[in-house]
Formats: sequence, C-alpha cells, structure tokens
Amino acid sequence: MRNLFAPLAAVAVGLTVAGPVRAVEVDAAVLRVDYPELLPISRYDLPPEDLGFAGAALADEDNGTTGSFMGHSYETTTHAVAPEEADAALDEILETGTRLVVLAAGAEDTGRLTDRAAEAGALVFNIRAESMELRSGACRANLLHTVPSYGMRADAVAQFAVWKKWPSWLLVEGSNPADKALSEAYARAARKFGAEIVETRTFEDTGGARRTDTGHAMVQRQLPTFMQRAPEHDVVIAADATDYFAAYLPFHLWSPRPVMGSAGLRPVTFHGAHEAWGATQFQTRFEELAGRYVREEDYNAWLALRVIGEAVTRTGSADPDTLRDYALSDAFELAAFKGQKVTFRDWNGQMRLPILLYDDRITVSVSPQDGFLHQVSPLDTMGLDRSESDCTAFEE
Amino acid sequence: MKTVLAASVLALTASGALAGKAFVSNERGNDITVIDTGSWEVIHTFAGGNRPRGITLSPDGSLLYVCASDDDLVRVFDTETYEEVYTLPSGPDPELFVIHPSGNPLYIANEDDNLVTVTDTEDHTILAEVPVGVEPEGMAISPDTNWVVNTSETTNMAHFISTEDYEIKHNILVDQRPRYAEYLDDGSRLFVSSEIGGTVSVIDIAGDGTPTLTQKIEFEVPGVLPEWLQPVGVKATSDGSRIFVALGPANRVAVIDGASLEVVEYIMVGQRVWQMAFTPGEEYLVTTNGNSNDVTVIDVAAEEAVRSIQVGQQPWGVAITPD
Repeated sequence: MRNLFAPLAAVAVGLTVAGPVRAVEVDAAVLRVDYPELLPISRYDLPPEDLGFAGAALADEDNGTTGSFMGHSYETTTHAVAPEEADAALDEILETGTRLVVLAAGAEDTGRLTDRAAEAGALVFNIRAESMELRSGACRANLLHTVPSYGMRADAVAQFAVWKKWPSWLLVEGSNPADKALSEAYARAARKFGAEIVETRTFEDTGGARRTDTGHAMVQRQLPTFMQRAPEHDVVIAADATDYFAAYLPFHLWSPRPVMGSAGLRPVTFHGAHEAWGATQFQTRFEELAGRYVREEDYNAWLALRVIGEAVTRTGSADPDTLRDYALSDAFELAAFKGQKVTFRDWNGQMRLPILLYDDRITVSVSPQDGFLHQVSPLDTMGLDRSESDCTAFEE
Repeated sequence: MKTVLAASVLALTASGALAGKAFVSNERGNDITVIDTGSWEVIHTFAGGNRPRGITLSPDGSLLYVCASDDDLVRVFDTETYEEVYTLPSGPDPELFVIHPSGNPLYIANEDDNLVTVTDTEDHTILAEVPVGVEPEGMAISPDTNWVVNTSETTNMAHFISTEDYEIKHNILVDQRPRYAEYLDDGSRLFVSSEIGGTVSVIDIAGDGTPTLTQKIEFEVPGVLPEWLQPVGVKATSDGSRIFVALGPANRVAVIDGASLEVVEYIMVGQRVWQMAFTPGEEYLVTTNGNSNDVTVIDVAAEEAVRSIQVGQQPWGVAITPD
C-alpha cells in the first residue's frame, strides 16, 4: 500500500470568490444552413425542425442559471437558412452586434462564413463540419470545433477494433466527396493503429430510392453480390457520410462480419440513451425542454454555448478574443457528461472529446480505449495531434 | 483487490451487542442492504423505492431517510423493523440531503429542478424551495446550523444558504462538477470535491460564516491516469486531523493530513468509490463501491482497507447508526 503514496501538489489558488456582481450580457447566435437533402434511410433520422436549436436553448438555460448568481445574462438567437441565404444571414447577425456565432454548415461554407465573421472580430464555433482540412491547412484562428472530426471518429472505431484484435478490415465507402473524406480518415486510422485494409470498395450512389417500398428488396439482392469475393477480413468498415447505403450493410453482407463506422457500431459524440457520468440529468433536462431525444447537433450546440458560459463565468467578460484565449488556455476545463473534462487543442481549435461507440441502443464502449496512451492526453490519440496538423493560425 | 483486503480480519472480530448497523442504498438494485457493524455481515435487505441514492439517519438512529430519486420523494424507514413508516415530500428527483442536527428539517438537493427543498420532518410539509445552480447535489450544514451549503454540478458553485431566511448569501466558484461538501466539526473550514476538475477546494469560514476559497488540493497516483482521479465523497474526522476523499474510478480513498492539507496515503478500495460514512467512534470508515457492488471497510487508525462486503446493485450511499 505504501508504494501507492504520492506527494500531493497542494496548489495555491487566487481568490475566485464571486465578489461584487458585474453585469455582463452575452449575445450569441446559432446559424444553421439547411441543405437540400434526400430523406434519410430511416425515418428515425428525420431531422427535427429545432435540430441544434434545442441544444442551444438548454445551454441558455444552464448558463442563465449560473449567470443569475454572477450578474451575467445570456441570449441566443437561432437562424435556419438555405445555403444561398447563409452569407446574408450571418451579416444580419453581425449587424446586431453579436460576436459569438455557433455555426452548423458544410465544410466549405464553414470556412467562408468564418472568414466573414473574422472581419467583424467574431468567434465561430463549428458544430457540424467534420472535415480534416478545417483542423489542418484550412483552419482559422477564430474557429473552434465542438463537433468531432472524421479522424476522431475513425480513430475511435479503429482503437476498438484493434483492442478487439480485429485488425483486418474490408472498407466500403460511398462515392460522394464527404464519403471519400470519411473513408480516407479510416485509411489513416488503419495506418495509425496497425490495422490492415484488405480491400476498399466503392458503393456508387446512383441516386436510387432510399426509402421506397421496394428499397429493401432491391438492396437484399444487390448488396450481397456487391460484397462477395472479398479477401479474408475480420470486420467491415462503412464510410457513408451521406447516409445512402451503410444502414443496409449489417445483415446484407456476403460473409457474416460485424459492421462498424457509418452503421453497426457507430462512433458518436452523444446519443439519447447515454446515461453514464450523470448524463441522465442532461437527458431529462433536454427532453423536458425539447419533447424529443437529443441529437448530436444539439449536444454540439450545447457544448459550444457551455464553452462560452464557462469562459464568461471565469473571466467575467463577453469579449470574443478574451473568451477564445481562455478556452484555449490550460485553465479551461468543462464537464460534459463524458467522464472527464473536455478541453481544446491549442494547435487547431478542436475540442478533445471521448467518442461513444453506439449500436443505436446503448453505449457499447467509449474511446480512447485502454492502453492507447499519449504524452499529453489519451484523448489526443484520436484526430489530428499537434505534429499531424498543418494548422498555423493558432501559433503566436 | 481481494488480496489487499484479506490482510487483517483480526481487527474486526471485536463485536458485541452494541454493534450498530450500516445502511447502504443500492441505486440500481432499488434496495437497502443492512450490515451489522460488529460482525460485518449482511443481516437484511429491503426495498428502498426507485433509484435510492442519498441516505441518512435521524439523530437518535431510529429513522432512516432515503432519497428515492425516481419516486420524487423521501422514504422513511424504521431502523429496527425495516418497515416504511411514511414518506416525505422532497420535490422532484431528490439526490442527496443533509439533516439538521436536531432532526428537523431535512435539506434536499433536487437534481433535475435546480432547487434545494427544505422539508419539515415532523409536519411532513415543505418549508421552502431555494433556487440554486444547475444540477444541485452536495449538501452540508454548518455545525452552528446557520448555513446550508449546496453544490451545483453544472454551475460549479458552492451556494451558502442562510437557514434563517433561506436566501443564498454567498457563492463560491469551484472546479468542474462539485459533488460533495463537508465541514470540519469546528466549522472553520469546508471541503468541496470537484469530480471532473479532480480537486478538493478548501474554503475557510470566517466567524460570521463568510467563506473564502484558499486552496485546491490535487491528487496524483502513479500508474493511474489523472482523468480517473475523480473526488466525490469527503469525510473529515471529528478532530479534523484526517480528511478522507473517495476518488471514484481511481478505486482509491485519499487520506489528507488536516494540518498540512497534503495527501499522506491512498487506500485501495472497490471499484468506483463514491460515498463514505464513519462508524460512531470513527474506528472504521465504510465506502460504497458502485462498480464492484460492494462496500470497503477501512480501519481509520491504520489507514488500511480491512474488509469488503458484497451488497446490492450499484451501491451509492451509506449511513451508520449512532451509538
């Protein structure tokens, strides 16, 4: 027992007593770009109208309660727009003086809108775009990400597969650019963690019926033949960022193998059945407010606004630069129902987050997996580590 | 872990008719395990309502109060017959509470509703509802009974509520996810554990009750990732010489020297250790271990785990009868 003894660091701290109340008004906006999209394969996945907004509303409540003890008030507006209206909508938000923007958009729009926001000195939180480029060469100094990247998700799956000793993968990718980007993240994850991709197959998006009466009948004939004559493999990895085929894979393979990635065991940042680490409280609060289960976009929006709330609470300021600097500093930490504090990578603005591996009913496992160690944080075994990111906007 | 605990059963043989009872709330099992603190045998198990968490006793030890979180009330049991005698209104989702040393009232944290509910244990009525931060959990009452402290897990504050007018007079920001608050017996100091922040905040209390955050205690165990050092339950000996801190998934209880505020020992216990209670003479400290479904008995003087006892599913809290 004695060898467990370790000297303890008793850290002297400055006074953080909530002293004289100083009023701070925190205005934020959630801007969601709604792209014309085909219906999802499953009607369970139909996007609710308040997607993301409900998470923001919960964060406003949470921040407001805390703020009531500090003299801080929070008000967040929500905006759902078509892609061609996005720039004008952002301009309107900025014209009202709001300098904190939570953005749900594709990668390209995220980059352009973030630059537009930068001209006004605004700080942007990305809650949807998972592109690796935005965390690397195309990063922006005023862009923080609460949504995990493709790489973080792929690495989360890869660690689990390697931990299970299932190192041979058959990778099935979609044919759209986002599918290819996700597929590349899995290829990278395989190299990183010593798995082998025995073959990569592309399932063409021919724009066929996703959810018609006969969809499953067609799929039942097409998929097995598509999947036959593959080299020996332990697991099928699906890279279908556009949701047109992966959901059909698990029971339509040629060889019976587990499916992971875009179907089967999916890497998610949050889901409505997650209960560990006090998450039940989040779920009940959210469901009472929204009347539905939480979606990832809601959690990402909640996180972004909680980052703002936490930074305002600790700094007493609503200035975007002050909040950004605090969020990126060593002092920042946030409890997010993930069993450990979440923080930001100061080299590309990505939030470090555990990834839940979810089978559409329960949390099956959580990555990083045991044994995947890192000199800074085990969370940095997922996604772009400092040396892997080409981002330079955060230097100085 | 078993090898550690097999060590000294000898110390436990001293029993007798005066032995007390430890009551353990099993959050997933929906029951209460009763352990004889002389023989350390489980002597009874009874239904505790839905999702029993916070658990405490009346000052004379005759009544057991249990926060039945999913029933939205407090269940009250006779500690001899184990019969439920009545229920108390608690407000929604009661998680943890503290009882006034006189036995009345009960101060209850309502986790889902950002409230502290004050319930009269004799009239069975709600005396007050105090709005606090998001996800209230930890509850403590100052030895002079002038203050009730509540910690709010998402707001990250300790709220100091006057027991006279039920108004919050002071708020102290602490690290992420404060779970538990514990006063020293002389009222001069309050400890607040922060589960996700990984620290225990040391808050000195002036004569008029004004709190000042003076220090944060950190933890470090070789071979254990810092992320898993998650302080939850805190218990101080009555002389203030030792403070015990349950470290959750680190499966250890830290022993802090009350004078230097340095960790002097880490005691290996069961898995995911949360709450703790002393036996009346502070000979033993009992810990609830949620993932191994057992409690660990720590010899307080030796600062060693001496026994583990299997209880129900996901033990949460523990209360031990007074002498």
